Amino acid sequence: MNIFGWIQLALFCGVLLALTKPIGLYLVRVLDVQGKTFLDPALKPVELFLYRFCRIDPAYEQNWKQYSLSLGVFSLIGIVFTYALLRLQAFLPLNPQHFPGLPPDLAFNTAISFATNTNWQNYGGESTMSYASQMVALTFHNFVSSAAGIAIAAALVRGISRRETQALGNFWADLIRTTLYLLLPSSLIFAVVLISQGVVQNLNPYTVSDCLEQAVSGVSPKQTIVQGPLASQEAIKMLGTNGGGYTNANSSHPFENPTPLSNFLEMLAIFLIPSGLTWYLGRIVGNQRHGWAVWTAMMMLFLCAVVFCWWAESHGNPRLAALRIDIASGNMEGKEVRFGIFNSALFATVTTDASCGAVNAMHDSFTPLGGLVPLVNILLGEVVFGGVGAGLYGMLIFVLLSVFLAGLMVGRTPEYLGKKIEAYDIKLCVLVLLALIFPILGFSAWASVATWGLAGRNNLGPHGLSEIFYAFASGAGNNGSAFAGLNGNTPWYNTTLAVAMLSGRFLMIVPILALAGNLARKKLIPASSGSFPVSGGTFTVLLVSTVLIVGALTFFPALALGPIVEHFIMTASTAAF
Amino acid sequence: MKNFMKEITTGLRLTATLVILLCGIYPIVTLVIGQAFFPAQADGSLLIRHGAINGSELIAQSFSGPRYFHPRPSCAGTGYDVLHSGGSNLGPTSAAWLESVKARATVYRQENGLSADVLIPADAVTASGSGLDPDISFQNAQLQVSRVARARGLREEVIWAKIQAVAEGRTLWILGEPRINVLRLNMDLDNQL
Repeated sequence: MNIFGWIQLALFCGVLLALTKPIGLYLVRVLDVQGKTFLDPALKPVELFLYRFCRIDPAYEQNWKQYSLSLGVFSLIGIVFTYALLRLQAFLPLNPQHFPGLPPDLAFNTAISFATNTNWQNYGGESTMSYASQMVALTFHNFVSSAAGIAIAAALVRGISRRETQALGNFWADLIRTTLYLLLPSSLIFAVVLISQGVVQNLNPYTVSDCLEQAVSGVSPKQTIVQGPLASQEAIKMLGTNGGGYTNANSSHPFENPTPLSNFLEMLAIFLIPSGLTWYLGRIVGNQRHGWAVWTAMMMLFLCAVVFCWWAESHGNPRLAALRIDIASGNMEGKEVRFGIFNSALFATVTTDASCGAVNAMHDSFTPLGGLVPLVNILLGEVVFGGVGAGLYGMLIFVLLSVFLAGLMVGRTPEYLGKKIEAYDIKLCVLVLLALIFPILGFSAWASVATWGLAGRNNLGPHGLSEIFYAFASGAGNNGSAFAGLNGNTPWYNTTLAVAMLSGRFLMIVPILALAGNLARKKLIPASSGSFPVSGGTFTVLLVSTVLIVGALTFFPALALGPIVEHFIMTASTAAF
Repeated sequence: MKNFMKEITTGLRLTATLVILLCGIYPIVTLVIGQAFFPAQADGSLLIRHGAINGSELIAQSFSGPRYFHPRPSCAGTGYDVLHSGGSNLGPTSAAWLESVKARATVYRQENGLSADVLIPADAVTASGSGLDPDISFQNAQLQVSRVARARGLREEVIWAKIQAVAEGRTLWILGEPRINVLRLNMDLDNQL
């Protein structure tokens, strides 16, 4: 843990803080159908064309059921579209390596995975996916699943801020405006910056190159170098917190993340929009201090996680000390030299705080406590900045629970920003939590005793349980990162993970939109001396505690059997598995 | 029901138009801009030597002879396989992993003539995340200098000068870690000596 790490951490947080208000301000304009942006001259005609061609009336505001229906229909079309493309890959153009079509279970898993913004990958991209599949079947979802996430967050915030109405906004307009004005231009700029750093962008077939060292026979050995449209996919993969790598090694691959600068920008891109959304929240509900209180709670959880993960990784693996290996340089297994320990720990924390799931180091090879951090981040619901949109609506569930707990403690009806929080609202909040908890614990328990589940492990002992647990946490949490040794490309894993991903997305979104609808319906009651203020230190600490208590109560036993026990085995015994 | 059909029509039309915009126009515009301004990077930072492509600056290549600096161990495919990037994904209490690290450490000591009490830098005996990590640490390079110098019949100072020439520090003095690109270093040695 050297001074350079602390400087980089301060720089990262400082830049994020500085960009939060500008992005939030821009989001306010984008998420208002009447809002004006500086891109209007170029993009307004496209927006209007899309409304006309797709028969959308952007001024028509939907109630929560209509909003859910539009989202559901659009997602279903996307899933079928991607499934078909992946199955038919062999017959489609832009396939210079002549990859065959995907088998049904893998295509199903992948289609669900990208449509739910999870981007769990049971395949190695560079040896499975044609350029057309990467560019069309997968990149399409990278844009629209993140735009849909932002749309839902906007609908919930509108529900909180409005009164005595059913109207939550228009899903189609929100989706189109977010895509056009926010994701598309920012991706284009970011992609070009990434290319300048060395990220590949072409449609050439893979390059066959000579190796420098001559083989003994005198014939130069060959190396096949991957090519393709990486940069365009990489940019939206980070900005949309998708995380599905073009290559198997994801952002640890030098073509996806070539330099420390590209690494810094990729991490920043993950948090950029989620951070801006907290400012958006403050502005729309007319309480900017509330937005900043939520931001502060997120930042506190983030800093604790980074420092803990960095500490664990920089102490390395004590087992190697006996071999006279310099463990002071940290646990370098699965990490890249250009990033080192600190940037690997920071990336792992950022990608799992958000529901991104891109990795620049292999979480499976982290030390037990270092690997505990990304796992816990996912289990907490990815509410620390979180996925685009998903992070904010997830955190707002915890905000409501905090307000509810505060109300219980003082014996008053809980209120949130002038709205009474009633039994129905809290039931919906709990339903959202259960949509996350049930698939994680249920499937993990099943897989850890079933033959199909145990067969997928790459590691035995407690680490094998961590692999299984991480997989379903990542699936249901719509994260997509993995303890990647697990071989999930079997019909059982492909199917169960797909169910977990669907649950973590849609069984969460429907109650959230119902909640938005119910909040929008309510009357505003004036604040009194008994109202619990949703800004300031007390609220922030209560919010952090609520997140931690719910997560700890639910998942501690499973964590104790996985990473925690492995830590003690590693440090206090010589057992190996 | 009528409402439902209308939603489907809208969804289908929007999907079709967005596919053209996001999956056609966007990547192609990116490609055109990238190829115009950064053609070398966009094509994979390929290194050309005597008219032939000799690998990519960003991708590790296998080196095993004493005349060359060796990259980090690789678990990509059977080693340095760009079509199967990835790490070992073995955990810290894996018996297979502990064995392989031990074996690599033994080989590393033999190759570089190191005594049993010299500390080996971690990056020399652990596999990277991508299996294609093009860089090694300074400490790792330092321990390989005398072997390379002997095999090439050069003084160690000459090799050191080459290392200094390709060494990269932290970006803007802050970001990332200092490192040495193995392929570029080896190519420099072959080109000029």
